[in-house]
Amino acid sequence: MADTVGTRGLEAIKAPLFREVKKGEMRKHIINLTVRNELGVLARIATLIAGKGYNIEGLSVGETHEKGISRMTLEVIGDDVVIDQVVKQLRKLIDTLKVKDLTDTPHVERELALVKVHTATPRARDEVLRLVEIFRAKVVDVSSETYTVEITGTEDKIKAFIELVRPFGIKEMARTGKIAMKREGSIQEEE
Amino acid sequence: MLRKGADIVIETLKEEGVELVFGHPGGAIMEVYDALYRDGYIKHILARHEQGAGHMAEGYAKATGKVGVAMSTSGPGATNLVTAIADAYMDSVPVVFITGQVPTHLIGNDAFQEVDIVGITRAITKHNFLVKKIEELPLILRQAFYIARTGRPGPVLVDIPKDITQKLSDVPVPTFDEVKESLPGYRPHLEGNLQQIKRAVRFILEAKRPVMYVGGGAVQAEAQKELVELAELMNIPVTTTNMGKGAFPELHPLSLHMLGMHGTYYANMAVYNCDLLIAVGARFDDRVTGKVEEFAPQAKIVHIDIDPASISKNIVVDVPIVGDVRIVLRKIIEELKREVAKTLYPEEKQKWIEQIEAWRKKHPLTYARSNSIIKPQYVIEQIYEATKGEAIITTGVGQHQMWSAMFYKYSFPRQFINSGGLGTMGFGFPAGIGAKLGRPEREVFVIDGDGSFMMTMQELITAVQYRVPVKVAIINNGYLGMVRQWQELFYERRYSEVDLSVQPDFVKLAEACGAAGFRAEKPSEVREIIEEALKIQDRPVIMDFHVDREENVLPMVPAGKSYRDMILEDGKKSVEAETMYLVG
Ligand SMILES: Cc1ncc(C[n+]2csc(CCOP(=O)(O)OP(=O)(O)O)c2C)c(N)n1
Ligand SMILES: [Mg+2]
Repeated sequence: MADTVGTRGLEAIKAPLFREVKKGEMRKHIINLTVRNELGVLARIATLIAGKGYNIEGLSVGETHEKGISRMTLEVIGDDVVIDQVVKQLRKLIDTLKVKDLTDTPHVERELALVKVHTATPRARDEVLRLVEIFRAKVVDVSSETYTVEITGTEDKIKAFIELVRPFGIKEMARTGKIAMKREGSIQEEE
Repeated sequence: MLRKGADIVIETLKEEGVELVFGHPGGAIMEVYDALYRDGYIKHILARHEQGAGHMAEGYAKATGKVGVAMSTSGPGATNLVTAIADAYMDSVPVVFITGQVPTHLIGNDAFQEVDIVGITRAITKHNFLVKKIEELPLILRQAFYIARTGRPGPVLVDIPKDITQKLSDVPVPTFDEVKESLPGYRPHLEGNLQQIKRAVRFILEAKRPVMYVGGGAVQAEAQKELVELAELMNIPVTTTNMGKGAFPELHPLSLHMLGMHGTYYANMAVYNCDLLIAVGARFDDRVTGKVEEFAPQAKIVHIDIDPASISKNIVVDVPIVGDVRIVLRKIIEELKREVAKTLYPEEKQKWIEQIEAWRKKHPLTYARSNSIIKPQYVIEQIYEATKGEAIITTGVGQHQMWSAMFYKYSFPRQFINSGGLGTMGFGFPAGIGAKLGRPEREVFVIDGDGSFMMTMQELITAVQYRVPVKVAIINNGYLGMVRQWQELFYERRYSEVDLSVQPDFVKLAEACGAAGFRAEKPSEVREIIEEALKIQDRPVIMDFHVDREENVLPMVPAGKSYRDMILEDGKKSVEAETMYLVG
């Protein structure tokens, strides 16, 4: 090497070296936030996530037992490394009090769906009622043509229910976003 | 005491120690301007464009370390501030922007001069507020100042509807403790984790080829003393970013000057080959790292930063330390002093320093001199000599900015003021006015491009009005030079829309505004007009330097490339850089 420091020089190696650039896995993350219920707080959070080029897949917001404090649960599909960055940036927002990515922490999660199913024939009514029973759901509105079913549970449970009633014809459907909470005990309740 | 919302604004500004604000009035903010007039304490600089006011407030803040204040009316006044807000956000400049808004009952109605400036600036402010009730006004304003100046500083916008400035209230201005308590979600972390600090110390003791990489965070934290102490204690060479200039004195033998795209050969070689990189208040910007896979590929990285979200953002680091740079460095130094005898490889480190000196000798910062044509670098060297290295320099964006970074040597923090993150052409001149108003005892030179100057040159008349003796050195190449350089190097010299040879006579322009104007067309005239300019202390001066039109900024690491692809000062690739990977 022309300009190394002579005999006292540092040794040179021949091949270039590369830094490992950490790339995360793309997957769905569940992020819980405790926020001050200030003007624009939701917009700020949404702006931040949209700014990363990510879509908010699910969102639920509600008040907590403390006045002026709300709880939010966000579902975002994203690269683990980028989500880690998002979480740090969410924490930096002035109105967020706590931010936690629950994805890899044992947690309870629930969502609720209202599904209006075509039940024009007696057979359909019977079958849907049976499904409602099996899934421990509830019929909350009845017309000559439809049942409206309320179902709560995990995403998987709701998905399964929807697939089973889909053949009857779904007229309308509304789902809440997930709400989630860290588990304290280690006992998993039956779903 | 019952007083108008507008009076509360002025009262709170005074409580915050504000003596100088920059702005431009209009309908929605007239009450505040009336209160300003009636009160008479705070000095106001009437910029000729709100963008100018915004950059002046930034320049003032960057030069003094205090919070800058810029005010405008609603609608177009507010949107004119947007570039300055984004600029302050990218460079973490503490500025409070106060905008008038249409009266509360008209908000959301597409009222005359209504824009949702809070919505527009949500992604470019550290925080922003719309004041809904007069009772919140003093608290929000004080929160704005507190948020702007603490933690990682940044711009905060407060949007005040006109009716709120007109209403009466006796709400008191809250105390500092009340302000802090009112923000439970905002707690900047200052101290640094002790465990991580100890790990950093161990890495430093074990390093054979260490380098410190220092950014703007070290300037904000006023950490020059600590940096020098650490570098000297452990014999660690130091490179600074564009924003970090002055945080470590560039005449110090351990200074490697700037790294990155237009960094020095020796800084980039050192970073490329180091085994320990200590990043201090820097954020691994792509202009610094180039291709991240090949940035300091052999190094363990210690990263000290006040902003947890900056750590491991672009490059995953080995030792993250969240905290105030100065406090953390102090702790590291104290630990090291106890352990310094345990330094493992003093000899290797000495060899490393010698290696760097060999690189420095081989490719110092230089350029091809000329007796017939003014080289832009020569102008900057002459400004450096004429000001004895003691002036504050602000710049626009382009080649002249990089030459100013390379050929002026900075020795104190806040000495080099430019738009690093956003890269805003037009920043330099208004920022220079703000800097001079904040630091009247210093000479302030605006080293500007012809293109950049033309973006905010309306502020010339502002500088004349307030007798601000800034010295503007236009590095006039008749080109949008930096874009031209890229077209030359990467687009086969297709010079698409970069010719600025049609331009005003800047000397006459200066004279038309009541400023002084000089021109240099030969190298022999350069020093002469700088000396002339230095004599003028009652008005701004414009120096129009007609320089070599097609000079390039070199060395250069092309965007997204590795340091191994560095183009040297002779325009050729560096063979050593391509092939040398040192091991200790
Ligand atoms: C507001 C803005 N518009 C466009 C650019 C892109 N840009 C970067 S450097 C440059 C040329 C600047 O020309 P000049 O100010 O004359 O400086 P020079 O490079 O010639 O020294 C341009 C157009 C920018 N940085 N800012
Ligand atoms: Mg130019």
